[in-house]
Amino acid sequence: MDLKDLYRDVIVDHNRNPRNFRAMPDADRHAEGFNPLCGDQLTLYVKLEGDTIRDVSFEGSGCAISVASASLLTESVKGRAVADAERLFATMHELLTSPEAAIDPAPLGKLGALSGVREFPARVKCASLCWHTLDAALHSQAEPVSTEGNPAEWP
Amino acid sequence: MNAVTHPTGRVRSAAPLDVARVRLDFPILARSVNGHPLVYLDNAASSQRPQSVIDTVSRYYEHSHANVHRGVHALSQEATDLFEGARRRVQHFINARSPREIVFVRGTTEAINLVAQSWGRPALRQGDEILVSHLEHHANIVPWQMLCEQTGARLRVIPMTRAGELDFDAYLALLSDRTRLLALAHVSNSLGTIVPVRRFIAEARRHGVTVLLDGAQAVPHMKVDVQTLDCDFYCFSSHKMCGPTGIGVLYGREALLNAMPPWQGGGDMILAVSFERTIYNEVPHKFEAGTPHIAGAVGLAAAVDYLEELGLERIAAAEHELLTHASERLREIPGLTLVGTAAEKCAVVSFTLDGVHPHDLGTILDHQGVAIRTGHHCAMPVMEFFGLPATARASFSFYNTHDEVERLAAAVELARGMFA
Repeated sequence: MDLKDLYRDVIVDHNRNPRNFRAMPDADRHAEGFNPLCGDQLTLYVKLEGDTIRDVSFEGSGCAISVASASLLTESVKGRAVADAERLFATMHELLTSPEAAIDPAPLGKLGALSGVREFPARVKCASLCWHTLDAALHSQAEPVSTEGNPAEWP
Repeated sequence: MNAVTHPTGRVRSAAPLDVARVRLDFPILARSVNGHPLVYLDNAASSQRPQSVIDTVSRYYEHSHANVHRGVHALSQEATDLFEGARRRVQHFINARSPREIVFVRGTTEAINLVAQSWGRPALRQGDEILVSHLEHHANIVPWQMLCEQTGARLRVIPMTRAGELDFDAYLALLSDRTRLLALAHVSNSLGTIVPVRRFIAEARRHGVTVLLDGAQAVPHMKVDVQTLDCDFYCFSSHKMCGPTGIGVLYGREALLNAMPPWQGGGDMILAVSFERTIYNEVPHKFEAGTPHIAGAVGLAAAVDYLEELGLERIAAAEHELLTHASERLREIPGLTLVGTAAEKCAVVSFTLDGVHPHDLGTILDHQGVAIRTGHHCAMPVMEFFGLPATARASFSFYNTHDEVERLAAAVELARGMFA
């Protein structure tokens, strides 16, 4: 278990320069993610065109893992069909939480950089927060999302 | 003698602690974490235990265990003697007048909840006021908020300064004939501030205000004397003072405890039960329903023995040197800001580092074998006051070394390099 597995260059880069880091006043959907124990907090915005995610952005503050994960999320779901994004959410959830490497990170591209998080159980909830928030936004869920109360994300 | 002997004061006469020898008493300090010798700097969350405490608990289970206050058989008597002996040990440790003033509870949190529900709920009315301070742990906020909801009383907050000290003049302005309770931390868990509680208590007394002190962060680090403090209730936890988890102490003035109704009902807290009527036991047993944490109490007494053998004044002096060293060393790191800079502090150093979130810092330090706490430290109003989502907190104990301060600083510098 190497620290470099967690803080890969892609993660450090996306933390330092988060992509699509902005409010979206004309968003069709948005949702809040908040982990009170960590203090990680984000708002995720989605603009839809039919069944396609035309634009996605986020704002907030948090640790490098949570910020980089959200930044990578925005890059990877932009232009995808909603159902496709939901499938990616399920894949990412498994990548982050399944004890054995059932998921091959290679086809995930840059998102595969998050596969190291699994080795750091206390940090899984940081990486998964934005994905649950995306899911909530796509389902127009009004309640803020947290991954601290979810046994699947518990260390 | 002052109840709170500050380490900068009259402590130089005692020979300093032999830390290298003291460390041998703590088996866990010999282990490695992530390939590095453990540097345990999360003592404000929970301390470690010396072998004597571990052995005492083991010996109790191996040799003396039975239920207390019940049987006439030898083991029950032995367990009862150990349990009640522990109560007297704690009584003398904090200089309570009687063992009847020592109630064993699960910890500080339960002690405060007990006072809120048993003393506060019958006593408080609509319009009454409870004073807490801005630097409280959630355990000294939420039970009072619950009590306010139940009684219509109002929670008021003594403000603090940017240094993390309480504003005494603002406190005086808040005191009124509506004030019924002052509930105050003796030492802040998130900032390390030693609150000058005697000044606050003296004013509360003049106004006839009942006083509860949250002593969870004070008892392990300084000599506490409840008679000199002149408080009504004092609460602390065993696990922060080298004792077992799951046990703590509520000190209460006997007259107050006698007047309070029981909190929980069950065995041990009664003298006689029929379906028509129950006669409650005397204090403190009135507040100890069910089989208590006997091994915990016995272990706590062993922890008290251990701390007193080392000497609370020598402990305070050693920890103060660690605080000075850590504060000076960390201040040298560019981009590092200390949070909590009160003139009088226990050895708690909260800080932030530009460009590195506290949680990343916590993970990187852990990889260097350095255990610190990151987050809001169960003091979200403190974080809000400083406009921070979280801080990193290194909290020291007498068994920490100056070499470990350097290991901490080196690990922080490593983290800074990774994110620079």
